[in-house]
Amino acid sequence: MSEEYVLELEHIRKEYPGVVALKDVSLNLKKGEILALIGENGAGKSTLIKTCSGAVIPTSGKIHVNGKAFDRMTPQLAAENGIAIIYQEFNNVGELSAAENLFLGRPIRKGPVIDRRAMNREAKKAFDELGISIDPTELVKNLTVGYQQMIEIAKAIQQNARVLIMDEPSAPLTSREVENMFKVVRKLQADGVAIIYISHRLEEIFELSDRIEVIRDGEYIDTLITKNATEDELIKLMVGREMTQKYPERPDYTDMSQTVLELKHVYGNGDKDISLSLHKGEVLGLGGLVGAGRTEIAEVIFGSAPKEKGQILLNGKEINPRSAHEAIGLGIALVPEDRKRYGALLGSSIKHNINMPIYERISKFSVIHEKTEQATAEKYQKEMAIKTPNLNQLVRNLSGGNQQKVILGKWLAADSQIIIFDEPTRGIDVGAKFEIYKLINDLVKEGRSVLMISSEMEELMGMSDRILILSEGRVTGALEKCEFNSEAIMAAASKVVKEDA
Amino acid sequence: MKTKKLMKGNAIWLVFIAEVIIFTIANHNFITPNNLVAILRQVAVYGIASVGMTFVILIAGIDLSIGSIITFVNIICAYFMVNMGMPMIVAVIISVLAATLVGVLNGFMVSTIGIPALIATFASQTIFEGLAYLISGGMPISGFTSNFGFFGKWSIGILPICAIIMAICFGVGAFILNKTYFGRFFYAIGGNEDAAELSGIRVSRTKYLIYALSGFFAGLAGIVMLSRAGSAQNTAGKGYEFDVITCVVLGGVSVNGGVGRMSGVVAGVLIIGSLTNGMILMNVSSYAQMVVKGLVLAIAVGIDCLTKKKQAA
Repeated sequence: MSEEYVLELEHIRKEYPGVVALKDVSLNLKKGEILALIGENGAGKSTLIKTCSGAVIPTSGKIHVNGKAFDRMTPQLAAENGIAIIYQEFNNVGELSAAENLFLGRPIRKGPVIDRRAMNREAKKAFDELGISIDPTELVKNLTVGYQQMIEIAKAIQQNARVLIMDEPSAPLTSREVENMFKVVRKLQADGVAIIYISHRLEEIFELSDRIEVIRDGEYIDTLITKNATEDELIKLMVGREMTQKYPERPDYTDMSQTVLELKHVYGNGDKDISLSLHKGEVLGLGGLVGAGRTEIAEVIFGSAPKEKGQILLNGKEINPRSAHEAIGLGIALVPEDRKRYGALLGSSIKHNINMPIYERISKFSVIHEKTEQATAEKYQKEMAIKTPNLNQLVRNLSGGNQQKVILGKWLAADSQIIIFDEPTRGIDVGAKFEIYKLINDLVKEGRSVLMISSEMEELMGMSDRILILSEGRVTGALEKCEFNSEAIMAAASKVVKEDA
Repeated sequence: MKTKKLMKGNAIWLVFIAEVIIFTIANHNFITPNNLVAILRQVAVYGIASVGMTFVILIAGIDLSIGSIITFVNIICAYFMVNMGMPMIVAVIISVLAATLVGVLNGFMVSTIGIPALIATFASQTIFEGLAYLISGGMPISGFTSNFGFFGKWSIGILPICAIIMAICFGVGAFILNKTYFGRFFYAIGGNEDAAELSGIRVSRTKYLIYALSGFFAGLAGIVMLSRAGSAQNTAGKGYEFDVITCVVLGGVSVNGGVGRMSGVVAGVLIIGSLTNGMILMNVSSYAQMVVKGLVLAIAVGIDCLTKKKQAA
């Protein structure tokens, strides 16, 4: 144990019944350092950091904090020793103010009553110190995700955290919020706080971190000095093989003469006057900032949110799907952004997930034809290359990429012709991303059409035939493939269209 | 590994066997054929009702109205036969239909209006208990044709018909859960309602069906009870929802939805049935029985919740 480390994980092993989640992983963290922890989904990053908070108890190994050795942590021990974790889901209470959240569980008191004024004053001070402008009296539910995260960070600092662990902090943030977060993180670093930063976005890691630790399949792979590392090198270490290209080649399969889906001046779900057309064999990208109204228009097309005005035409015929069930019947499918909440049925098997939209079709007098059920599941498991020991495996136990494949398999089983992807590769690791892209290419090759919402500029430009950009519920730009460039997309995405009087 | 897996799914049956052994040692009357048949008769009513409740709890719902539905069916079926002189079969069919409609009403409140199931079915519990009083004027109704004893009193050889009805209901329940697409939908909705809707399941419609089925099975249970008792009482079904929920949860159906099997519920019903019977044989007072049953419910739900917690860690 060297003196310079504030946190040292030594030969951590974690076994679950039947699986080894971590095999002999070590990690060192110096004072005032930002260490990036990267690895594919399922590599064991979350399990590893949870051993620091006491949420996971290691099977063997030691945890050293400021020179003290522990076999395991508990949430209380972690707090006492200055370890704080910012999870992706925040622990804020929406109905309470920013200040109340900051002092949640340990309010400032004047005798028996809560001293709200002092709390607001202290909160203001804490926020100012971090250089963030939050009104302490504002209810947290009215704050943006970025500010809610700042409150979490401020809370950790208030509790004298010396080690701050951040699990994909940038995932829910807009690019501007990410910049703010970086500023705060750098400030903390300057104050001597040690930070473990987990992210899938390599560019962030290069911008922020001092060192990078890579783990793969629960094993320690390597630790690199950031300024000596390259992106290709990291990807190679993460996936364990060389990745030559990020996006698979695709000839133009678009048949401009066949408009499959057309929106004419559609209003609804917060969106205004959206017109677009999607052709056979086309990937139409939908760009814009988070909250620009892209998911919202997808919901209208998919029948899960009502349309107020305008026309939706499917192969030239007007449609008005009022439920997902109707939209699916019309051959429209949605692969939602939050796959665990809206996409896959985690508690059901792969077989049941794939067959879910077609159960009524493959049943006679409501009794399922089990051979068809099995055959369908096998077919799409093979086509999608879903990695699983058997089809009765619960989807909960699959990796993010494989879950996404199950969802896609479900829609192919339902014979969907138009597939809407909402952030198709969010939270999916590099290797699996490529596979998803290949599957998207296969879809259009077979003559299906894809509407792809993406906040990742590179993905949007790498995968789309055309790009439409939304801002504040309106279309603010349209680009043909030859016109693709990130400046034009950003400009359109931040454009504000004045309300017509 | 394999035995472990087998154990995991069937641990509840081991509990049942252990219970039987304990009561057999404690009281030599427990294992006699007569007593076993008596247990089957006693469990038939909540056994039948537990089939519908299984579906409801599978989608993380609850149906508190079934006790009242049982009472309501007791009173109206008796009223139809005795006061209105309807033929037995017609009265039975209309009564069970009425019970199903009560379920549809629950479905309407839960699914279309969006009242939490606990409150919606609590409301209909009171409504139909009151309606039963209004119809009967608070007086018991009796004087049925002897044929009406078929559902609750008659036997084929030593096997009571009500036990056969219960077995058929369990069979139908298992069939719905495992072989029909409705069963798949129940599990899907219980697992994640939003994802189920977005997978093309008509969640609202399915909920109607589930509460209707719960009403239907409670209605059937009511007929069996009326036949066994030979007279309709206004307190006939009082508190039955408690026993039924206990059986279902004890049988491994998760109150969080999405998890459970019919075979487990059968075990749950038999455990509660023999527990009640065994306690009576051992002269445990009915108040003490309440304490025991309450503890059983709390422990059953507790185990379920602890399992869930463990999964999360």
